[in-house]
Amino acid sequence: MNYKMMGKFMGKIIIVEAIFMIPSVLIGLWDRDFTAVGAFLATIGINLAIALLLHFFCKNSKDIFFAKEGMACVGLSWLLMALLGCLPFFFSGAIPNFVDAFFESASGFTTTGASIMPAVEGVSRAVLYWRSFTHWLGGMGVLVFLLAITSVGGRENGFTMHLLRAESPGPSVGKLVPKMRKTASILYLIYVALTVLDFIFLLFGRMDVFEAVCTALGTAGTGGFGVRNDSIAGYSSYIQNVCTVFMLVFGVNFSLYYLILIKQVKNVFKDEELRMYVLMVVGSIALIVWNLKGFYETFGETVKHAAFQVATIVSTTGFASTDFDQWPGFSKAILFFLMITGACAGSTAGGFKCGRALLLFKGMKRSVQQVVHPNKVQVVRLNNHAVDEKVLQGVNAYLAAYVVIFIVSFLLVSLDGFSLITNISAVSACFNNIGPGFEAVGPTCNFAGFGIFSKLILILDMIAGRLEIFPILVLFSGATWRHR
Amino acid sequence: MKIIIAGEGKMGAALTRHLSLDGDDLTLIDSNPKVLEASEERYDIMIVQGNCASMDILLQAGVKEADLLIAVTGADEINLLCCMTAHNLNPNIHTIARVRNPEYFNQIYKMRNMFALSMMVNPENQAAVEIARLLRYPGFLKRDTFAKGRVEIVELRIDENSKLCNVPLMDMAGIVKCKTLVCAVLRNGAAVAPDGKFVLKAGDRIFVTAAANELTTLLKNLGIITHKVKSVMICGGGGISYYLAKHLESSGVNVQIIDNDRERCDHLAEVLPNACIIHGDATDRHLLEDEGIYDCDALVTMTGLDELNMVVSLYANSCGVPQVITKLGHMDNAGILGDLTLGSVISPKELTSNTIARYVRAMKNHEGAALTVHSIADGQAEAVEFVADETTKHCGEPLKTLKLKKGVLLVCITKGGKTEIPNGDSFFEPGNTVIIVTDHDKRIYQLNEIFE
Repeated sequence: MNYKMMGKFMGKIIIVEAIFMIPSVLIGLWDRDFTAVGAFLATIGINLAIALLLHFFCKNSKDIFFAKEGMACVGLSWLLMALLGCLPFFFSGAIPNFVDAFFESASGFTTTGASIMPAVEGVSRAVLYWRSFTHWLGGMGVLVFLLAITSVGGRENGFTMHLLRAESPGPSVGKLVPKMRKTASILYLIYVALTVLDFIFLLFGRMDVFEAVCTALGTAGTGGFGVRNDSIAGYSSYIQNVCTVFMLVFGVNFSLYYLILIKQVKNVFKDEELRMYVLMVVGSIALIVWNLKGFYETFGETVKHAAFQVATIVSTTGFASTDFDQWPGFSKAILFFLMITGACAGSTAGGFKCGRALLLFKGMKRSVQQVVHPNKVQVVRLNNHAVDEKVLQGVNAYLAAYVVIFIVSFLLVSLDGFSLITNISAVSACFNNIGPGFEAVGPTCNFAGFGIFSKLILILDMIAGRLEIFPILVLFSGATWRHR
Repeated sequence: MKIIIAGEGKMGAALTRHLSLDGDDLTLIDSNPKVLEASEERYDIMIVQGNCASMDILLQAGVKEADLLIAVTGADEINLLCCMTAHNLNPNIHTIARVRNPEYFNQIYKMRNMFALSMMVNPENQAAVEIARLLRYPGFLKRDTFAKGRVEIVELRIDENSKLCNVPLMDMAGIVKCKTLVCAVLRNGAAVAPDGKFVLKAGDRIFVTAAANELTTLLKNLGIITHKVKSVMICGGGGISYYLAKHLESSGVNVQIIDNDRERCDHLAEVLPNACIIHGDATDRHLLEDEGIYDCDALVTMTGLDELNMVVSLYANSCGVPQVITKLGHMDNAGILGDLTLGSVISPKELTSNTIARYVRAMKNHEGAALTVHSIADGQAEAVEFVADETTKHCGEPLKTLKLKKGVLLVCITKGGKTEIPNGDSFFEPGNTVIIVTDHDKRIYQLNEIFE
């Protein structure tokens, strides 16, 4: 293991985090909220001190990196980032309990949006901004950001591929252009442009500027922290519809936006994952509208709420425009299904990802055909290209790991004595980075009721979900740390 | 610059390393996902898997925006087809194809026009030319030519009996009795930029700049007795051996080729009527002795296996063959070979990738581009030749007043027909040719970049 190189990376990440806290300090100064300013300045100080220490110890690192270092480095960075990111909540007194603050910060960075704060109105704006900003940074990934702004590594720096693979979601990650730095920059430029677009649309709905910023950041990262107690429910229909559209937009693979940029629109519509995503969203909305007949006063309102809820769950955002826990069972079942599939690979959304589900399904179909024609040679295709066997194996392994972690977390969280549905949906909401679940963790409630142990389990679930499990499994595997 | 490399074999890998370090945007095409992935994890590049001659794959690799396509797959025909297709899709693209089949050798100039190629490379022929050049001046491990052949940087190995062993460099001029400059020393696999007090030790490999017409003096005064090579033994009958035999035959050298494949021997006997083709195992001591290893002037190991080449070369050295030349396909581990007496080491893919890299640099800067680039000291240093012109800074100022970048050495100035090994009072003027040696980390693309 190249510990020094890992240390160097983490030092850089912590500095990036510290830099991104500066806007919060400014907001605090503007509001004359000196507790918050102090909390942020203290955190920035701690960040810089740790970064300095890491820099000092890891000065003379070898510039070479392999898959396991990449994985472990990404896993550790995220844990460290969430840990340091929670300090402002703790220091400012917004969240007095440290584990709660850690939960909130992890929930932010992993774009989960599960909160332990019973009421957010009245909390310092600097803290609220930071809380929403963690979504934005976590959505595209802080290492990708680092790759975009600095050229890391020495002359043979193809190893940054390991970092991109570990942090970007999806069964197979590739570059858009030959240079890593340019690829990361393109991803972030698309991300920033879409976020600004969302912000402008929200302003058109006469939303308060600060709230529009936070909502846009939360939507872009498909996070879900709101700045009002009732999340999005209190806003106008226009704003809710803007959110619906943009949540869906941020659930689409970003490389497709790049294809639009380079004028290959035809290929965008041919993308099988996008087709499945659109079909799933439209189908779910239709089924829920049918199921909700008579639940809301007008048909229009039914469609609006159904679309919003489908968008918020499938993109794993977690805003709420209505209490969907009150909906009939079938609608809730559809939402639960959407929780698990999630949106497209390569987006800011969490979950199992449509692309993986598609590959899994195709693999299954092949196995069934294999029973009928035992000697038939078959290739799984996606977008008319044969899928490498290794990718298929990866998807199967991912499913296995996903189920195992899901079950173990569910069992451990159940110790807290909540109902079956609460426990299952809480684990699902955290592991898939959604936010709200059903019953005791429904859209109008929060996670404050869980014990410390359960919260720690859920924190790990959130990070494992965001990084797609393997970086975290690598961290806890003996083979990673053993010297050979 | 956007470059596509089709075919990630040995040649492609060497090019990838070379060009990605130069900071170009590289896209690799190969049909084997394994090698692609390995390259992707090592260099900052993009990969496309598939047949490089198909339009679909070429479009995927971005042929429309690319500036250069280098086709170096194993098959000549695919390379040609690939370049032709790419040229059709993007008429502005430059194309370089590797064509190494001897049957096409006589028609390459016509083919260049037919397939609209910017350049054709034949690593095997290039290696053969290089070896033939080395055989003309036995005693040097490697020769790199500059200034239209007037200046050379030659590589010499210092052993215990050498007159230069344990001599500080400032005393060297007295021994060799001609003007030379040692621009790099390879000691224990690492390149050192020596100064006057540097003492040479046995086992060092030194790189000496000298005027071409003084090479004989240099050799004579070093006590390296040279006589014309009259008979050469070649182990392994591959493509390079064929080209080499052709070149040597034309200059009247007796050639013996040993190969263990009967059919190949038959073929060689057919196309090389004047050479002596022997069917047998080149590792067999008795066979080598039988065929006169003690009497030949030079032995060249050209089999496809590096380790076999090394063993045979070591044996030839112990038999006292005056000049031994070893072909190595994989130069990645060249550092550990420093202590072995393998004689001259030739790597065809490195030679050709140097040629292509030079072409790429010339494409990038039309004006002031390097005329010649050679990598020396196992690729740890680079010798580059420029022509000074009106835009060059510090023309006419003596060198001792100039501040050059660290790791940059000015090793030669040629003025018209006169070659000058510079000292502190030397200067250059517009129109002069300047040769510099730099660390491999620093790439110099323009002459003005050498100044601090």
